Amino acid sequence: MSARSVIPFGPQHPVLPEPIHLDLVMEDERVVEAIPSIGFIHRGLEKLVEKKDFQEMVYVAERICGICSLGHGLGYCDAVEHIMDLDIPPRAKFLRVILSEMSRIHSHLLWLGLLADGFGFESLHMQSWRLREEILDMFEEATGGRVIFSIMKVGGQRRDIPQDMLKSFCERMEKMREELKVLARTFLDDAAVQTRLKGVGILTADQAESLGCAGPFLRASGVARDIRVSGYSAYGDVHVIPVVRSEGDSYARCEVRIDEIFQSFDIIREAVEKIPEGPVDVPVKGFPNGEYMTRIEQPRGEALYYIKANGTKFIERMRVRTPTFANLPGLVETLRGCDLADVPILILTIDPCISCTER
Amino acid sequence: MNMKIRDVQAVSILEEAEKYKHEGYRLMQICATRGSIGSPSDQEEGEQASVPAYEILYTFGMGFRMEQIKVTIPQTDKISSITSAFPCAFLYENEMHDLFGVDVRMMNLDYRGNLYRTAEKTPFK
Repeated sequence: MSARSVIPFGPQHPVLPEPIHLDLVMEDERVVEAIPSIGFIHRGLEKLVEKKDFQEMVYVAERICGICSLGHGLGYCDAVEHIMDLDIPPRAKFLRVILSEMSRIHSHLLWLGLLADGFGFESLHMQSWRLREEILDMFEEATGGRVIFSIMKVGGQRRDIPQDMLKSFCERMEKMREELKVLARTFLDDAAVQTRLKGVGILTADQAESLGCAGPFLRASGVARDIRVSGYSAYGDVHVIPVVRSEGDSYARCEVRIDEIFQSFDIIREAVEKIPEGPVDVPVKGFPNGEYMTRIEQPRGEALYYIKANGTKFIERMRVRTPTFANLPGLVETLRGCDLADVPILILTIDPCISCTER
Repeated sequence: MNMKIRDVQAVSILEEAEKYKHEGYRLMQICATRGSIGSPSDQEEGEQASVPAYEILYTFGMGFRMEQIKVTIPQTDKISSITSAFPCAFLYENEMHDLFGVDVRMMNLDYRGNLYRTAEKTPFK
C-alpha cells in the first residue's frame, strides 16, 4: 500500500464558483476518501423569521441564492399557503410553472458553461452563457429583475405577465432550441468532452437512493423521481416525464440536464397554450398557524421547505433543505477511488450551490 | 392544512430509523426547532414546570411518499445519532448540533462544532 497523504481542496479553487472544502485522502494519484467541509458563508437566514413578518420573509427566501431565487420564493409561499388553506388562482399557478421552467433553463445553461470551463473548453463556456443571457433578458422583461425577481407572494403573484409577452417568449425559445441543439452536439459528441465525462464518477441507483440524492444527479443514476410529477402548482396540467439515464456517470448527468432544458421549452409552450385568463392573487387575511412541509423540484433537485407558524405575524421556524445539501454524501461516494484530476469535474457534476446549502 | 407527524420517544429514535431503513425509506431531512415541554398551566396545577426543549423532526421518503416523526427532548438531554442506519444523516446532525446545540451521540462523522463557522456558538439556541 502506498503512503497516504491529505490534499486540501478548496474553498478557493478556479473551478469552484462557491466555497466548499474537501480533505482528499490520497494514495498516489487516487482519492481514497473525501471529507467535505462547508460553513464559510453561513448567513443564518432561517433565523430571520423571528424579525421579518411572514410576508416580508418571501424577500429573504428569494435571497437564499441568486440562481435558485425563484424556487425558494415559490417553496416558501407554497408552504405558507398550505398552512393558511389559500387556493391561489389558476393563472398564478401556471405563471409559477412557466417561471420555474425558465429558471431551470437558466440554471442548467449556467451549469453547462461552468462544466465546459471546468474541462478547459472556453468557447463552449462562453456560448452556453451567451444562450443563458436570452433567458435572463426574458426574466428582466417579465419581472424587472435578472437575479432576484420578487414576483412571488403569499397568495399568488405580485404581477401578471401579459399574454403577448408569453407568446413572444415561446417564439424566442424556439430559436434558443435550435442554438442549443448545436451546443448539445458538442457537449455530447465531442471526443475530448467524452474522455473527461464518460465512465467517470459512477454512482449506482442503489447508492444514489440510499444516500438521499436528488435531482439530475439522482436521475442520471436511473432513479425516475421528479417532484414535478406530483402535480404541484399547475404541473398536473402539463406533461412532465422524468428525464432518466442509467449509466450514473458524469456524461449521464450532462445528458440529463441538456434533455431537461429541451423538456422545459416544451413545458413552457404547453403552459402558455393552456394558461387561463383571470386574477393572479387572492386576498390574505389573518396569520398562519400550524406546520407544513412542501417539496418542489428545483433545477438542482428536490427542495424541502418546512414552516412552523404560531398564529402571529412572525413564523416560528423556517427550514430549507436544499438539493446540494442532499447531494453532498453522494458526491463523497463518487470521489472515492477517482483520479485527482477528475475531482473538479466530479464536484461540478452535482451542480453545487453552497449559498443554498448554508443559507 | 397541517401535515401528519407522529410523535416518538427519544429512546426509540434509532429503532424507528432502522425500521424505516428496513422498509426501504430514504432519509430526506432532519431539522431542530426550539420548543418547550410542559406548559405554565401545568405548573399552576402543581405538575412539572415548562422546560426549554428541542423538537427534532425526521423526514423519511419512499418514492413520492413522505413520513414524518418528531422527537421532543429537554435541551439538556442527548439524542442518539441515526447514522448507523442512514450514514448520510451526519450532515443534518452536525448542523443541528452547530446551530441549536443539540447533543447528538455516536455520529459516524463528528465535526465537533466546526461544520458551520459561526461567530457565535449555537446561534439558533
